[in-house]
This record gives sequence, structure tokens and C-alpha cells, in this order.
Amino acid sequence: MNNVYIIGAGIHPFGRTEGRSGRDQGVFAVRQAMEDAGIAWEDVGCAYGGSAAAGSADIMVNELGLTGLPFINVSNGCATGGSALASARFAVAAGEYDVALAVGFDKHPRGAFNADPKSYGLPEWYGETGMMLTTQFFALKIQRYMQLHGISRETLGKVAEKAFRNGEKTDHAWRRSQIDLETIMNAPMVNDPLTKYMFCSPAEGGVALILASEKKVKELGVSDAVKISSIAVRTRPPGSFEVFSPSVDIENGGKPTVLASKAAFEMAGIGPEDVDVAQLQDTESGAEIMHMAENGFCEDGEQEQWFAEGRTELNGSLPVNTDGGCLACGEPIGASGLRQVYENTVQLRGRGGERQVPNDPKVAYSHVYGAPGLSGVAILER
Amino acid sequence: MSETLAPIAENLWTQEAEPTLLGGQLPDGKIIFPYPEGDAAEGVTPYALSRKGTLWSWTRQDFKPKEPYTGPEVFEPYLIGYVELPGETIVETRIVGASLEDLKLGMSMEFVVTRFNDNQSTYAFQPEKSS
Repeated sequence: MNNVYIIGAGIHPFGRTEGRSGRDQGVFAVRQAMEDAGIAWEDVGCAYGGSAAAGSADIMVNELGLTGLPFINVSNGCATGGSALASARFAVAAGEYDVALAVGFDKHPRGAFNADPKSYGLPEWYGETGMMLTTQFFALKIQRYMQLHGISRETLGKVAEKAFRNGEKTDHAWRRSQIDLETIMNAPMVNDPLTKYMFCSPAEGGVALILASEKKVKELGVSDAVKISSIAVRTRPPGSFEVFSPSVDIENGGKPTVLASKAAFEMAGIGPEDVDVAQLQDTESGAEIMHMAENGFCEDGEQEQWFAEGRTELNGSLPVNTDGGCLACGEPIGASGLRQVYENTVQLRGRGGERQVPNDPKVAYSHVYGAPGLSGVAILER
Repeated sequence: MSETLAPIAENLWTQEAEPTLLGGQLPDGKIIFPYPEGDAAEGVTPYALSRKGTLWSWTRQDFKPKEPYTGPEVFEPYLIGYVELPGETIVETRIVGASLEDLKLGMSMEFVVTRFNDNQSTYAFQPEKSS
């Protein structure tokens, strides 16, 4: 396969934008990405994109131009953005196109997501009795993890505190003011042990990435292209504990994140120790903690020490969620995974401003997780 | 109490003096819950699950869920969790007869049918009463 590069990245600020549809936020991001790449819509050979709750992406051609390009709608739940990126990369890596677009956007109503049991192949009673909530799953997973691996409630609070501290420095973030640890810890409980500041909220936003072949990078004379070293998307193996599970196998199996992470490292030919900056799915505080271990960056239980020492701060040995992650940016499902890749592109190009991690980062890692048990990992190098 | 209430779903638990959840056994011996619907039920043998197990994890639902939740109009926080049925499977369940502070990893739990709303009952586990 041929090398594929990100040459342009665009983002519509996350949060709430009254009067602008989710798709229009996607179009905004596409225009910004093209300007960043120094290309026109006519240069884009093919496009992949989608949303979970804001309609089809291909209608964007009405705004962007009727160039006749193939525009493939992606509808893959929490992996919509990641799947769009993986597909766009395949199109360029295969040599079929020199320039491809990956775009994700969304606009969700306020409040926790509510899921329809039937669309997940589950019986109605599971939803009716109030057990089909994503927030419960995350609480149940971290509750057990805390008991088994000695993670304290205060460390859950520190994850959120860091998120808002980084969000304050991020122009595309939604929550842009710091919240102190005490306020986070004493906030109303959503699902014990997680308080309201430890959860991200459904939101709005759009992200677009322009991918190009090596030939196109040279032709355009792009000096700060970022190489996509690997992308791996994996669904759940037997015996894993996932969101929306009326039962779990007694034999503890693998985890989709562990599988995706291992595959992505193997493809890139590097290991966790080579990563300079990471964006890890932080639907809530516990998720960031558990995903640090599932992605191979530490052993189960070591997170307690990591947070005590500030090792995942912007100036730490492995900065994690440098733009405040889902906690500070909110979660527009279709755009969320691409936001992580956007942020990594910003960091590798040294354009992070106040939130730029020091020492000229070379390798960046992103990880998205979602229902019904799937993970996507992308490794970028400069 | 539960005799006057309709079960939230048919065939979710057995109708007998000491009811049990109704799971299924796959051809390879693996046990699942609930018993599957439609084509997924092919080759799956109904399996009455154990009434006793141990607490695997738990949380409390502190906000009223959106639809399709059909709980009481006036919302009261409720406990849910997973209970491991030894050698069988780990089932997601309501937890009754306990407060958040009472719950500990690995504690003994037992099956019970409980009131869900004005008209319906559902299944739950409660801390095992030491005899």
C-alpha cells in the first residue's frame, strides 16, 4: 500500500451552535480543511463522511460543488468518523485517488443519549426497565475496575480537572473554563461513582481531514504533511464487557481496544513507548483511566500514580487529551473520533499554541470507543 | 404483591414458586441471558439460571431515563448491577433491598421478582438474607 498523508485539517467549534445544522458545521470544516491544504473542491477525488443524528453527508455537494465525485455515506455509530477516515485512507493507499476527504459532523439534542433496543437487537424490556443507558455502562465498568485495581475517586476527579484545564486553552473546545477538583467531586452524582463533571455531554460539531498521496504532497509542495502510519478498527471479541450487555460471559475475554491498539502498533512498527502525545476516548473520567491501560501505555492500577505525578499533563511524559477530550469538547458522535485526529495533526505540526506539547512531538496516537463494542486507533507520524 | 402485577415481558423468568431467570444454552455449552428471540434462538436450549450469585459490579441511576423507560412517573433513583451466577453467566439486573453504601464486590445475592411500576413487575437481585 502507498503512504497516505493528512495535508489539511478543519474543525467547526464543538458545543452548541444555534441556527446552524450539523451538516453545515461539516461543510464549514471541509472548507477550512481545503484552505489549510491549499486545494479546491475540484481537487478532491472522493469523499467519505457521515453523522449519527444529523443526516447524510453526501448532500454536502449542494454547498461544496457538483463536481461529480463519489461521496460515500458512512453510518457506523461512534466509529462513523474513524470509519470514514479508514475508508478515505484505503482509497488513496490503493492508488485509486490522489486526494480524498473524510468528514464527520453531528448535532444531538440535550441530555443523555437514549437508545432504541430494537436497533441494537435487544428486547424491549431492556430499555423499558431503565438498564439501557450508556452512562450506566461506564459507571459499572469503572466501579469494578476501581475495586480490582485500587483507583480512587479523587483520581476520577483529576481526569476531569485536567480536561477542563486543557479545554480552557483550546479554541474548538466547548467547556473553556477551569473547574476545581472540589467542585467536580461534590457535583451531583449521575451514576455512582461518576459525577456530572466526569461525563461528557452530547454536543455539536464538525471535523474534516484532507488526505493525499505522496505524489500529491510533492506536487503541492506541502512541507508539514502528517503521515498516517496506521489505522485499525476492531469490533468486540468473545467475553468482552461492552455497552448494552444484558449478560457478560463468565470467561473474561479480550477487549476491542486492546485488539485495535495492538494491530495499529504492529502496522506502524512501533510501540507505546514511542508515542509522544495521545488522545484517548474519555466519554467519562473512568474511560480515560481504563483506556490508558487497554492501549498499552501503563499497567492496570498504575494510573493512580500517573495522575499523582501529572504524567499525562501537557508537559508530562505522555500528554493525554490535549484539547480537553470529550469531557471539554462534548461528543457529537460522528465528529468525535475525527476531532482526536485533528488535534493530533495540530500537535504534530506544532500549531497547538497555549496547549502545544513541548519537545517537538513526532508520534501521535488516537483511540475512539463506542457502542456496541468497537474501537478505532490511528497512529500519525511527522 | 407481584402476583397482581404483570411481568414486564413474557418468558423472562419462570412462573413457579421459586422463579428463576430464563437463559439459554448454546450448542457449545455456553450460557447466555436472555433467551434469544427469532432466528437467533435456533439451536439454543432454554436454561433456568441459578437463583444465587455474587455481585460483580453496581451503580445507581440518579436521573430519570428518557423513553423507552416506562418506570413510575415520580422518579426515584434505583440501583442496577451485574451478578455473577457461578459457572453460568453474569446478568445485568436491578438491585433491591439495599442502599449504595451496602454494596460490596463479591457479596452474595439472590433472585427476586419486584414491583416495577403500577402495573408491572420485573426481576431483581437482593443481598442474600443470612439464615
